Amino acid sequence: MTAGRAVRRVDVLVVGAGPAGLAAAARLAAAGAGRVEVLDREAQPGGVPRHCAHGGFGTWVHPLTGPGYARLLTRGATRAGAVVRSGVTVLDWVGTRTLATVSPQGPETIDAGAVVLATGSRERPRAARLVPGTRPAGVYTTGELQQAVHLFGHSIGTRAVVVGAQDVSYAAADTVRAAGADVVALVTEHPRAGTARARAQWARLRHGVPLLTDTTVAELLGHGRLSGVRVRHRDGRTATLPCDTVVFTGDFVPDNELARRAGIKLATGPHTSRPGVFASGGVLHPGQRARAATRDGAQAAGAVLEWLADGE
Amino acid sequence: MTVTAEGALPERVYDVTVVGAGVVGCAVARELARRPGLRLAVVEAQDDVGQGTSKANTAILHTGFDATPDSLEARLVREGSRRLAAYAAESGIPVERVGALLVAWDEDQLAALPRLAEKSERNDCPDIRLLGADELYAREPHLGPGALGALHVPGESIICPWTTTLAYATQAVRAGVDLHLNTRVHGVSRSADGHRLTTSRGTLHTRHLVNAAGLHADTLDRALGHDDFTVTPRRGQLIVHDKLARSLVRHILLPVPTALGKGVLIAPTVHGNVLLGPTAEDLHDKRATGSTAEGIALLREKGGRILPALLDEEVTAVYAGLRAATEHEDYRITAHPEQAYVTVGGIRSTGLTASMAIAAHVAALLADTGLDLGPTREPDPVSMPNLGEAFPRPCRRLELIAADPEYGTLVCHCERVSRGEIRDALASTIPPRTLDGLRRRTRARAGRCQGFYCGAAVRQLFEEART
Ligand SMILES: Cc1cc2nc3c(=O)[nH]c(=O)nc-3n(C[C@H](O)[C@H](O)[C@H](O)COP(=O)(O)OP(=O)(O)OC[C@H]3O[C@@H](n4cnc5c(N)ncnc54)[C@H](O)[C@@H]3O)c2cc1C
Ligand SMILES: Cc1cc2nc3c(=O)[nH]c(=O)nc-3n(C[C@H](O)[C@H](O)[C@H](O)COP(=O)(O)OP(=O)(O)OC[C@H]3O[C@@H](n4cnc5c(N)ncnc54)[C@H](O)[C@@H]3O)c2cc1C
Repeated sequence: MTAGRAVRRVDVLVVGAGPAGLAAAARLAAAGAGRVEVLDREAQPGGVPRHCAHGGFGTWVHPLTGPGYARLLTRGATRAGAVVRSGVTVLDWVGTRTLATVSPQGPETIDAGAVVLATGSRERPRAARLVPGTRPAGVYTTGELQQAVHLFGHSIGTRAVVVGAQDVSYAAADTVRAAGADVVALVTEHPRAGTARARAQWARLRHGVPLLTDTTVAELLGHGRLSGVRVRHRDGRTATLPCDTVVFTGDFVPDNELARRAGIKLATGPHTSRPGVFASGGVLHPGQRARAATRDGAQAAGAVLEWLADGE
Repeated sequence: MTVTAEGALPERVYDVTVVGAGVVGCAVARELARRPGLRLAVVEAQDDVGQGTSKANTAILHTGFDATPDSLEARLVREGSRRLAAYAAESGIPVERVGALLVAWDEDQLAALPRLAEKSERNDCPDIRLLGADELYAREPHLGPGALGALHVPGESIICPWTTTLAYATQAVRAGVDLHLNTRVHGVSRSADGHRLTTSRGTLHTRHLVNAAGLHADTLDRALGHDDFTVTPRRGQLIVHDKLARSLVRHILLPVPTALGKGVLIAPTVHGNVLLGPTAEDLHDKRATGSTAEGIALLREKGGRILPALLDEEVTAVYAGLRAATEHEDYRITAHPEQAYVTVGGIRSTGLTASMAIAAHVAALLADTGLDLGPTREPDPVSMPNLGEAFPRPCRRLELIAADPEYGTLVCHCERVSRGEIRDALASTIPPRTLDGLRRRTRARAGRCQGFYCGAAVRQLFEEART
């Protein structure tokens, strides 16, 4: 299958053009690491912030929305001299630092002096949380919800229950309202919201969204379309919340498939068990804030530069 | 080619109408479509083929090694297994002959293995072998501690259930069978030509009738005046594990059947996941396809003993199917010549495997009810899109992407489904009418993220194609 195809050589291959990958690439290119290429399987670079259509991504003096932040980081990487290619999926390893990719231009094998895995993290979906019940339509994660509403303008139903009470859960509630639907309640197994007090109060008082604490989702109901969720309080009481949409938020898991396929062990820092292969951002710290991922990427670039200088 | 999902039904009189487009009904339609002289219809209550029990099973192509010898089921499973394996190879339905190990965890189970080996000989399933603990652990290094031995059944295979049903239906429709979806049969009465079916989309006339209504076969059978069997749905819940678990298991790991019941199995799937299940719960509600906390806990407890590392992997999906169990131990396939009617009931837990043999059997029974089958002409072969991980997927095929870059444009990343495959499915002979139907045809959204990355983009492609 790969027979007869040439292998292309780059100095650094960054997998994932989210905040971490773009920040790493920008610093590497600026430091003269040679050909630095960032690949992303999505149609546009930027990672998760692409669909976070709200503020909070910039700084006090320079406020930005998620998409604005994604554009800023992409421009930063390109201006520094990195090559950012979207619509390219890294499929698997064919050598120590050699990867098989596919894009509309076809399959390609790329060999790199150093590889940075910046593949991010995702929210655990309903099934992985082992929530019992039927399998109706209307079951989302925040990631899917934000893309449906902000990138495609899809309608998402009329009444939504949001599972979780962290920052990302309140962002999901905002997206539900932006789509013209009502938030029935936020449900958390914890005794209180995991967000700034002001944000929780704002949601409750300004938007009248109840927060059900010490409560888990016991079952999804409905054939075809979701008709409600059954919730259970820590004290054993249960209730059914009628709704046609439920959003499972937070509970982040690393998207570490590439590392695992090669048996590469990740740590908390940029170095992995395989020399010359680094990791950065959400794949190491699932759910971290975008700006933390950016810092992480820049830090990983330092480790890569060291390796390029005296590795190999 | 006729597939309808709304509006009035045609006024023509069909020679044979099959009620139910599960794997059995579609296999029957395909078998009859080999007879170009017949005017054929399939009517299905739901909006797609294979939306009943046929979409939610364990996806094993059984050898029938443990069937009750001399039963109809034993014969049809054995014959169906061979037929479907050959059909799959020619139609592009993914099958992997991974073999099964019946693992004995205590002395009683170990003692039961020789008898099972004998039974399998009587079921015409040779090559069975007893393995000691050492060889068993060499074959399955991740097996939990305490296994004493196993019976190796090399012929047991895994198959894609969705592609199978869709291949039958596609071939039947292309050969001239009318498929009427969203058509629930409410009642049957006699008419000058044979049967008058009252349906949710009006009346339909047919000379001969095949009842392949799965869980509802007993209701339809009663409407025709018979009281042969009652379907008691037996729920089976299953957990699908992440593809990263696939390397943990090489065979289908079967429990040894004992007086205490069947236990749960662990099986790889052709899509590259690992299944754990099923439960066996007798219920009364024929719609109770939900999973339960108790069911999931039971499966994880048992699965953790068989393959401890499996529990550390992420779960990709949880689902449940209902077996059409009856008070009888065997299939209930009966011809009623005076009514020009054949009942295909009680196809409980082997119907996927036996489907082609059931179909041939039903065609013969129809001839007994006075149907002139006419000459045979083999329909054009079908070539189904490959969903199996053991065969090259489009994103790995240089020549395909060079000819059409859409196959190199991935939309669903976890399952590596390209925009080309989604486009093809939406324009196929029997196009999906829901996102779930699209998933069964392409695997789009069927992976570990369950739509976190691709859900909205897939929905967009689906909605664009439908407007
Ligand atoms: C729904 C949601 C809302 C959030 N809201 C906020 C917020 O409001 N504010 C905030 O600060 N943080 C927020 N976060 C957290 C923050 O966005 C992430 O932690 C951050 O984006 C992580 O950056 P990253 O570069 O590590 O990963 P990501 O942004 O996830 O980027 C990873 C990239 O890698 C690509 N990729 C993965 N595998 C491959 C492969 N095999 N081949 C090619 N490309 C690949 C992906 O397509 C993706 O673009 C949110 C997170 C989520 C999930
Ligand atoms: C948990 C589980 C595991 C299994 N594992 C395996 C396995 O590994 N291997 C194997 O070979 N088999 C297995 N089976 C069995 C197999 O799935 C079934 O035997 C098979 O799917 C039955 O197909 P069917 O066409 O008879 O029924 P169904 O797929 O249920 O089809 C019947 C169709 O009839 C339609 N219908 C019903 N009433 C009406 C009406 N009034 N009007 C119009 N349409 C109607 C329904 O909508 C449905 O689509 C398993 C079953 C279960 C539940």
